[in-house]
Amino acid sequence: MKQVIWKLFTDHEKEEKWLNEMSQKGLQLVHYTPGRYLFEEGQQGHYIYRIELLDQLPSHPESRAYIRFMEEAGAEYVTHILRWVYFRKKASDGPFELYTDRESRMTHHKRIMTLYGVLGGVNIVTGINIVHNSTPGLGLLPYTNLLLGFLFARIAYGQWVKIKRLKADEELFQ
Amino acid sequence: MTQMIERAALTEAVYYILLALHEPMHGYGIMQFVKEISKDRVNLGPGTLYGAINTMLGKGWIEGLASDEDSRKKEYRLTSLGRQVLRFEIDRLEELLSNGKKIAGGQAI
Repeated sequence: MKQVIWKLFTDHEKEEKWLNEMSQKGLQLVHYTPGRYLFEEGQQGHYIYRIELLDQLPSHPESRAYIRFMEEAGAEYVTHILRWVYFRKKASDGPFELYTDRESRMTHHKRIMTLYGVLGGVNIVTGINIVHNSTPGLGLLPYTNLLLGFLFARIAYGQWVKIKRLKADEELFQ
Repeated sequence: MTQMIERAALTEAVYYILLALHEPMHGYGIMQFVKEISKDRVNLGPGTLYGAINTMLGKGWIEGLASDEDSRKKEYRLTSLGRQVLRFEIDRLEELLSNGKKIAGGQAI
């Protein structure tokens, strides 16, 4: 049995948490397109899910090598959306974390922040231009870029907060 | 050479990966080695390990071995520069440890 749930996250860690809660209920993610999660009914808590933003698209040789490496480590590549990839591993194999120290966690957060910061900036500038030059009577349509821009900027800001929190530890711990 | 003069502390992950690569080893092998040698304390995440390997390749501390047509199991090993980096780190840790024992070690904490 398959089940579709529509949902949108601005924080990949909250998304991850939710996917793992769904897994606990016996719903295992098998495919994702923006906002649309496709689950398959299975054993409760069978898989642990992890999400990652790669440097390159999954089809790039560098990403393919990484995905192969993940598979070698016992993880399964589930689905992707642009540079975001979804992995899962059997919970019976023990804990499954992609990043296990502060340095690498910060690198990942920075990668996400940079992408969404740029996307946010570009969309806000474009959006202001469009709103400024649009003829009346189009309703909310001219505001699309502006709204997207704020959404992306919100995502980037969330990552910045996480980086700041991790940085606070840097003074004390290697 | 500048990174050696800096003498900054290595992360636990980097230190153990360098130790592991005294013998040529592939990624998954490194994860298992580190887990074993640290008695389960250090569990390297694949993302952390992969990032560290790429950084160290860039710095010339380790090198990839020419693999067979099956690149799935790419092996890595220490370079002489990597060996020196590790040597410096062990000396640094030894100093920390001996000073720690000298000053705090004799007292019941």
